[in-house]
Amino acid sequence: MSFDVAAIRRDFPIFERTVRGGKKLIYLDSGATSQKPETVIEAESNFYRSHNAAVHRGAHQLAEEATDAYEGAREKVANFLGAKSEEIVFTKSATESINLIAYSMSNAPSGSRFALTSQDRIVVTEMEHHANLIPWQQLASRSGAKISWFEVLPNGRLDLDSINAVISEDTKVVAITHQSNVLGTINPLEEIVARAHAVGAVVVLDACQSVPHMPIDVKKLGVDFLVFSGHKAVGPTGVGVLWSNQLEDLPPFLFGGSMIENVTMESATWAPAPKRFEAGVPNMAQAVGLGAALDFLSKIGMDNIFHHEMALTKYFLEKLQEIPTLKIVGPLDLENRGSCISFTVGEIHPHDLGQYLDSQGIAVRTGHHCAWPLTRKLGVPATTRASLYLYNQEAECDLLVSGIVNAQKYFA
Amino acid sequence: MELDTLYQEVILDHYKHPLNKGLSGTYDVQVHHINPSCGDEITLNLTVRESKIQSITWDGVGCSISQASVSIVSDLLLDKSLDEAGAITEQFIELMHSKGTKEGDPLVLEDAVAMAGVSKFPARIKCALLGWMAYRDAADRIKQSQDSVDERGGSQ
Repeated sequence: MSFDVAAIRRDFPIFERTVRGGKKLIYLDSGATSQKPETVIEAESNFYRSHNAAVHRGAHQLAEEATDAYEGAREKVANFLGAKSEEIVFTKSATESINLIAYSMSNAPSGSRFALTSQDRIVVTEMEHHANLIPWQQLASRSGAKISWFEVLPNGRLDLDSINAVISEDTKVVAITHQSNVLGTINPLEEIVARAHAVGAVVVLDACQSVPHMPIDVKKLGVDFLVFSGHKAVGPTGVGVLWSNQLEDLPPFLFGGSMIENVTMESATWAPAPKRFEAGVPNMAQAVGLGAALDFLSKIGMDNIFHHEMALTKYFLEKLQEIPTLKIVGPLDLENRGSCISFTVGEIHPHDLGQYLDSQGIAVRTGHHCAWPLTRKLGVPATTRASLYLYNQEAECDLLVSGIVNAQKYFA
Repeated sequence: MELDTLYQEVILDHYKHPLNKGLSGTYDVQVHHINPSCGDEITLNLTVRESKIQSITWDGVGCSISQASVSIVSDLLLDKSLDEAGAITEQFIELMHSKGTKEGDPLVLEDAVAMAGVSKFPARIKCALLGWMAYRDAADRIKQSQDSVDERGGSQ
């Protein structure tokens, strides 16, 4: 099947609008959030329009329909990841998913394999998004556990030479990103998972930048926990996913309605997973919207999306590097590399470059991209990032390139 | 072009040829301010003599707006009393929150009126304010230390 970008773009109403005084929208910020196809917008609003009721409660038809729609979305997520429905927890965001894991570990009774002490270690990497760093710093400070990390090499890859020293015998958790939201680096999971499991540690995978862009089968990845956010996968905001096949061993983090088995005035017991982790009325319409988003992506095919993005990434990398003083921050080869492309342009500050590009209708991200330790390590105060998705095309790269060249003249 | 209302010549001049950049060896107060959303950072040294601002020196990294703004601060507030400088700072903050409806008084704000256009770009207001907030913080610390000296004096 040929990849018809023009047809795909027609499914996204936002591309019909213009920005900054009639300029065509060139959206290169999908790493921050993706645009939404009509089917997702429809699914979300249709839930409110026709099926709205609190799920898992109520003896009426609407409650039944809402529950079916919500649980149907869970099944879609499970199928998308090669998982089982009971292994899928809906959260409000990937950030909440990671906090859920870290706080649930805090609640684990001593002696549990999830309970951390001052004798234990948590391993992260220097390329983590703040969302996969700070919850672990906080867990370390609550438990007394120590934090270690893989360093990032100048070529944007993890330094794995010291893997046996970094993932030491006392390591309990290895929290790592699948694909860096700054560098585009896709990390070699096999080696890391093997070492982590050899020392009895669990692997938590931040898949925010991978699940929307490539085929994922959790069984093949071999990780213990995986999180991603709906809004980066053409889904709505307000819905995140936590996958694990070990939820039964983990105590809850948020307490309240829906997550209980039995309640007295003095105590309570917990429902089985995943309900144990979904206290309160969930973001139902958003979960349903995510189901529609995954249907949309599956129909196009994740393999096709991945190959489209790879071809586009190759084109962007080649064209961008023709610009004098432009320096790519991240791998230059396409091996194990995704479509987040960060760069610096001479002395032009990324904010100024981003502002200039915006005046041309080109939306990019500038700054530290919520990975401040990484930009510090790389020795740059900030970078400009173009992050691509299924609806982007080569012509947009050409406009980005001419935009950057014109910005160089403007700020010269 | 709309962009030119943001990037006035005066701003680009201050950015390319910043005033008082490079930290003085001595100072009354040193403050370090960052803009957490973008990573811009400045360090600012403030020295006050005989109730007047004797020097403001600074160093930092950031976009043209943040760097030009601190350059303007370091020049505009020289020889002003802390009260005068405080009033100018308040006028500038008001200008930044005007959403493009105010032009700013050139007799008071001088070069800083060139920043008026920034108020139409919500994402950049923090850039323009970085140097002013650093100054205000430094001035507050000097006032606090003066107050505590006064209080100690009064209790004797």
